[in-house]
Order: sequence, then C-alpha cells, then structure tokens
Amino acid sequence: MNTPKELKYASSDEWIMVEGNIATLGVSDYAQDQLSDVVFFEANVSVGEVLEKNAIVATIESVKAAADVKLPVSGKVIEVNDALADTPELINSDPYGAAWMLKVELSDPGEADALMDADAYAGFCETRGH
Amino acid sequence: MFIPHTEVEKDAMLKSIGVKDIKDLFTDVPEKYRFPKLNLPPGVTELEVMTELSEYAAANELVGDMACFLGAGAYHHYIPAVVDSLLRRGEFYTAYTPYQPEISQGTLQAVFEFQTLIANLTGMEVCNASHYDGATATAEAGVMAYHHFRGKRKKILLSPAIHPHYREVLCSYLCGFEDIEISSGTLQADLSDQPDDLIKQVDDQTALVVVQYPDFFGRIQDFSNLVSSAHQTGALIAFVTNPTALGVLKTPGELGADIVVGEGQPLGIPLSYGGPYLGYFATRKEYVRKLAGRLVGETSDALGRRGYVLTLTAREQHIRREKATSNICSNQGLMALAATIYMSLVGKHGMRQVAELCYQKAHYAASEIAKLSGFKVITREPFFHEFVVKCPTAVNDINHELLDMGFIGGYDLGSSYSEMQDNMLVAVTEMNTKEDIDAFVAALQEVTND
Repeated sequence: MNTPKELKYASSDEWIMVEGNIATLGVSDYAQDQLSDVVFFEANVSVGEVLEKNAIVATIESVKAAADVKLPVSGKVIEVNDALADTPELINSDPYGAAWMLKVELSDPGEADALMDADAYAGFCETRGH
Repeated sequence: MFIPHTEVEKDAMLKSIGVKDIKDLFTDVPEKYRFPKLNLPPGVTELEVMTELSEYAAANELVGDMACFLGAGAYHHYIPAVVDSLLRRGEFYTAYTPYQPEISQGTLQAVFEFQTLIANLTGMEVCNASHYDGATATAEAGVMAYHHFRGKRKKILLSPAIHPHYREVLCSYLCGFEDIEISSGTLQADLSDQPDDLIKQVDDQTALVVVQYPDFFGRIQDFSNLVSSAHQTGALIAFVTNPTALGVLKTPGELGADIVVGEGQPLGIPLSYGGPYLGYFATRKEYVRKLAGRLVGETSDALGRRGYVLTLTAREQHIRREKATSNICSNQGLMALAATIYMSLVGKHGMRQVAELCYQKAHYAASEIAKLSGFKVITREPFFHEFVVKCPTAVNDINHELLDMGFIGGYDLGSSYSEMQDNMLVAVTEMNTKEDIDAFVAALQEVTND
C-alpha cells in the first residue's frame, strides 16, 4: 500500500496535499483498493462554493460499493477535476495523481495539521481488518 | 408469500426491542385514531358476493360497445389478440422485476426490447424500464432536473398546454422540495398561445421546461426557439409525448429534448378507470446516472452467448437509500411488456399506419364538425388526432345526451380550464369508422337543435 509522505490523511480515507493555502483532495490507495474497480465518479460541488469541514463533495461507485468523499478541511472550491467523471478508473490507477478531485482555498490552514501523516495513516490502515 | 408470525415469535421480538405490548408501538398515533371501530356489514357467502359484484360490473358502459370520441390522455386503440395471450403466459405474468434478475433472461430481454423500442420511437439514447403512468413519469422529469442541478436551480416552467393532471401530479411530487418554484405559461382560450411565449420566463434559475407534443389540445407546435433558449440558459427541456403520434412526427430527440416522457397506454393497453397504465421515461446518455428506476443491458457471457443484465439499478433500492432521488422501485413491468408486444407486432410501418389513420380520421371529423351550425373548430394549427370544438351549449349536457345515443363525447375542457367553458376536446382514432364519425356529427347537431 502506497502512502506518500508529503500528504495528509483523514480517517475516512481521503488525502489532501497542502501548498500554501491551497489544498488538493483525493482518496487514498487503500480506499481505491477496498472499493475495487471504480465505475463512476461525480463531484457534488462546484467552483465558488464555500464548504464546511467534512462536507460531502463527491460520490464514487465501484463494482462493489458506493462511497461518499468528504472534504476533511473547510474551504472554498477553486477547481474541480471535470475529467474524472469520464475516466473514473483513474481513481484505481493513479489515486494520488490524475485522480485528484478538487482544489480548495483553505479557510483555516491549521485544520490540516489535525489530520494524520503518512506513517500514522499507514498504521491506521493496518489496524483495520478486511 | 406472507407468513404471519406466531405469538411466541411476536413476544420474542417485543422483548428484544424492550416493548411490553404491541399496542405500545402505536402510541404516536392519537388514541382516537388508533383502533377505530369499523362499521362493517355482516359477512356474506361467495355466491352473494359474486351476484352483487356482477350487478355492478353489468352497470358499466363498455367502450367497445360505443363510439368513443374521448381521449385527453387515454385513447381507444385496437389491441391485437396476441398481446393478451402472450402477456398472460405464466412466465411473464408478474408486475415485478425479479429480485435475482439475471436468472430471468426472458423478462430481462423483454425489458431490454421495451427500452430499445421507446428509445427508437422518441429518438433518445436511453430509456428506463417504466413508471406508473404518464403523470408520474412527468413528475420524475421534474425530480431528475432538480437533482441534476443539485437543487441550485429552483424553477420548473410548465407549458400551459401539458395535461392538467400531469401538472397536478408534478406539483404534488415536488411541492416539498426546498424553495422550488413551479410556474406555468398563460393559456389563450382561443388557442393562440405559442411555445415562444414561454421564452421570457426561462432564465438561469430554470432547471426544467416541460412541453407536450402533441399538446393536450392536440396541437403540433414548433418548439425550436424554446429549446434553444432553454439550452442557452443551461436548463433542461422535457417533452411529454403521445407514442402513437411519434409514428409520424419528428422525434423529440431530433428536436433537442433532454428528457422524453409519456403515457404508454396507447401501446396495447386497454382503457380502464384508474389503470394500470404505463409511464415511459427516456433521456440522453449523459443523464443516465440520474435516471430513476432501472436499466437492462445486453452483454455476452463467458462463452460468448448473448445475455441480459441489470446494468443500472436504482441505488436507492439496495444501498445508500438516504441518497435516493426517487422512490420508484417496482414499476409497470407487465404493462411495459404489453407495449413491447404491441410495438413488435405492429412494427415500424404499422406505427406509422396507426398514426396516419388517426390523423386522417380526426381531420375528417374536424372538417365535418366545422360545417355544423353553432359549433366552431377552435384548433387552427396542425393537429394530430385531437382538436377543440366550441359548442353552443354546455359540454356536460351534450355528452349526457350523446351517451344515451351510444356515443362517448369528447373531454369537457371547462372542467380543467375555467376560461374554456363549452369547449370540447374531441379525439378520433383508427377505431372510429367513417360511419361512426358521420353519426357522431349528426348526433352533435341533433342534441343541440332542440
């Protein structure tokens, strides 16, 4: 399981990458592996929306399950990855790259500090049974 | 199959949830409504029940015994005998899609063919496996559009010429939606209103525009400007259509419709008071995930043989129920099968032939009624198989007398549109012979002369 060091992780299996006051959101390698083949992605928010922490921002469906994607920090949406709706399989093949979901301008950059780092998240995943 | 619980099982369940008596589960219901005394007559024997019900049944006037000129959303068409005999086969005779669908390949194939036939007829890319009737399918179009814009566009604009009952059902379905605003164009009693009149009401808050084609009054109007303005503002446009008319008309798909809904009753389903009827719902592929209900697809199995699967099924039925946008789970599977058999039997040329017969006969009837003194055919635009006649007296009175003479008269438009008192909506189908029409025209004159 891949957990890049530079990212922050939520217990609901999203990652964010913080650059200045901008955060990019996606779901983790662990999440895509659990979901198995993703067949559908839909963003439920649009650019300009101001979101509370833990707002549901997208829906993923795989051949096995359906899941909501939460934004683990608060912020204003500045970009949505429109391409992902047509190529949801990228969530399986490149969860930390091409399958980014949206970018937000952080309302409170301190919120990101409360999330897990790569080691903590990797440990957290190991504690969860299959 | 419903198997009642035993007292022992009931006690165990009550104990498990910590309730003493089953009555305690109903404490939220005000006491006086809880266990009302039912004022029922004493029981009677099967023989007596049969006699009483037969008397009621015999009091019905059957459309087949009369000359019917009533339409307004439900139409008297010929139903080939094969429809019923196939429909009633034990393998098909259920309204439900099976819970383990892939085991019922025959049912899935029939549903797949229904979807294909409706998609072809409407010129759309996808069609689901049916709704209850045209009205609820229309309401679902409103629901889908609202959710498509995630509740951010709050306006639904209805043409004044959609079926008045569909308008009511759509309003019932949507009235509880947050900040929803349902508005309607203005009807002109002389039928001079045009689809273009709606354009000024379309803006960037409009989620959906709903028109009917042919409209409730039978008119075939040009929607091209309305479609472009709706699309310019980003709104969706839904067409309510009569499937029979689509045998000759340009498809709504070609006209730019995003959603096509309608009543499938004209496709091999008999007229009956209260149904069961059949709603159909077709849309463009890009909206397939927003489609309520279910969708059957064709595929091949491991050995390369053709097979059918439930490609998309309502999420709401299995998982994530709290995210459901529609409550449609069961559908009109049996009626969809009837429509499938009808369309397959009649075929592409037959659909056109039925439509042409309806069109020609309706135009003949309109031209004959136009010759009567005191009557005026209000419809001036192209129309399909229904037209509006201004009568010299109340439609209700005319219809009452017509009934005694063996005719079911047209729809009293005054009952739905206060500005259209004394206007009758006359429907003519392939079932009306020239003799019927001539007799109807003569009867109209006769009942208004005295």
